[in-house]
Parts: sequence; C-alpha cells; structure tokens
Amino acid sequence: MTTSGTATVTLPTDEQILITREFDAPKHLVYEAFTTPELVKRWWNARRGVVTVAEIDLRVGGAWRHVMVSDGFEVGFHGEYREIVPNELIVSTEVYEGLPDGVSEEEGATLNTATFTETDGRTTLKILVRAANKVSRDAIIDSGMEAGMQDAMDLLEEVALSLR
Amino acid sequence: MARAATTADAFNAVAEPRRREILDALAGGERPVNELVRVLGLAQPQVSKHLRVLREVGAVNVRNEGRRRLYRVNGQALKPIHDWVTSYERMWSERFDELDVVLDELKRKEQGDGNDD
Repeated sequence: MTTSGTATVTLPTDEQILITREFDAPKHLVYEAFTTPELVKRWWNARRGVVTVAEIDLRVGGAWRHVMVSDGFEVGFHGEYREIVPNELIVSTEVYEGLPDGVSEEEGATLNTATFTETDGRTTLKILVRAANKVSRDAIIDSGMEAGMQDAMDLLEEVALSLR
Repeated sequence: MARAATTADAFNAVAEPRRREILDALAGGERPVNELVRVLGLAQPQVSKHLRVLREVGAVNVRNEGRRRLYRVNGQALKPIHDWVTSYERMWSERFDELDVVLDELKRKEQGDGNDD
C-alpha cells in the first residue's frame, strides 16, 4: 500500500477553501493525472463510488464534467477552463449539479485555482476554491454531504484541531 | 478592509484568520483578554471586537472572575465546522490516496520506457 499523506483543508477567508497536499512525484505527472480522463476516473471517486463521466476539453474556454455514482446517487460537477499553464496552473470554474432551487449556476459556481509546485522531485498541489458568497459556500458543503462524506465521523475532543 | 459583516453563523465567524488564531489560543484553556492581546500581538479593541463576534455565534463563552473576564472555546458551536472540515479533508485525502497509486504507475512507466511489463 502506498503511504498516504494527508490533505490539509483551511478556510483562509469567508469565501475561500484551500486544499493542500504533497505528492511523491514530479509535477508533470501530477498534472497529467489531473488532466487525463482515464486517469481522473481512477482517483476522483475518492473510494466512494465509480466515476462514470470524466470529460476534459483542456483549453481556455473548454468545458469539463465529472460524474460519480455512489450508493445509487449521482453526483456531478462541471465547469469551464479559464487559464491553463501546462504543468503549472489550472484555473477553472466549478458548478455542483445539485444546487438548491433558486441558486443560479452563476451564484453557485466557484473559481478554482490549482497550482503545481515541484521541489526535489516532489510536488505540492494547492487548490484554492473561491466561492462568490455564503450561498455558494453552503452549496459546496451540501454537495459534500450528498457525496456521502458524513460517514462515521470522529468526535474529536480538541475542537481546535479543525481550525488549523 | 471592508470585511463582510456576515458573521451570523459559526462558519463565517470562524473563517476569519484572526478569529481562528484567537480560537487556537483558547484551545489550551480559558484566558483573559489581556493575555490574548499579548499572545496575538493585536490591539485590545481589535481582540475585543473579534471576541464579540465569536460570542455572538456562541463559539466562545465568557465568565467573570473578580474583575477579569475569562474566555473559553465552546466546542458545541464549533462542531458543525469541525465536522465539515474533517469530512471535506477526508474526501480529498481519499482522492489523493488513489492519485498516489496512479502516480506510482506513471513514474514506473516513465522510468521503464521501452521496458513495459
């Protein structure tokens, strides 16, 4: 089994979520795994289901769409690429396909910036998720819950641990 | 500046970096305001303002002891945030664990070019 690092999630501001993780691989491979549909299908499911759709039109203005089926639920996300620097940076929009009634795609979309930084053959990936407002942020939270994330949660005594 | 005044729920209240610092400082136990001022290196009015916001959403509680006001973290109010961050972090960790496997394969393929198994 591969030794796994932990993804770190922080909330830098009211509308931002920052996900950070280091990989024991050069950045061009991490980038490849992010931008190749057959490879995305192998990891985007997060061990919770099957990725049934991974579409990537990797160019500025191009669309992407990922769908996962988990416990009979279909969870889909799509968006558009805004900025691409091969092996370095991907800026894209992301919309959850189960937004609550009354929330437009425009309101619900986040702008995600993924940066790939390599040091000594290891890559630090940072994904900065920027929501337009609280509604959008709450939609992200809801989408996570629907994806089955609320499984058996440890009730940590040290609340502060979550506030890193 | 021009910080959004939307601090009606614990998520918003806690998402502000300074307030998270205050919560971190309180994680070890109760503290009076002047101690928080010293630990954080902020002006007292600033600390008091943040503490007020945290109190409004129930993220901290306060009690008087003589002339001192002691603040402490209220774990109950922070649980929704804690749960969400934990579960979101777990989802990404699981994704990235799978990604590790893919990357190992890509690395082997690249190193062993012309020597496929």
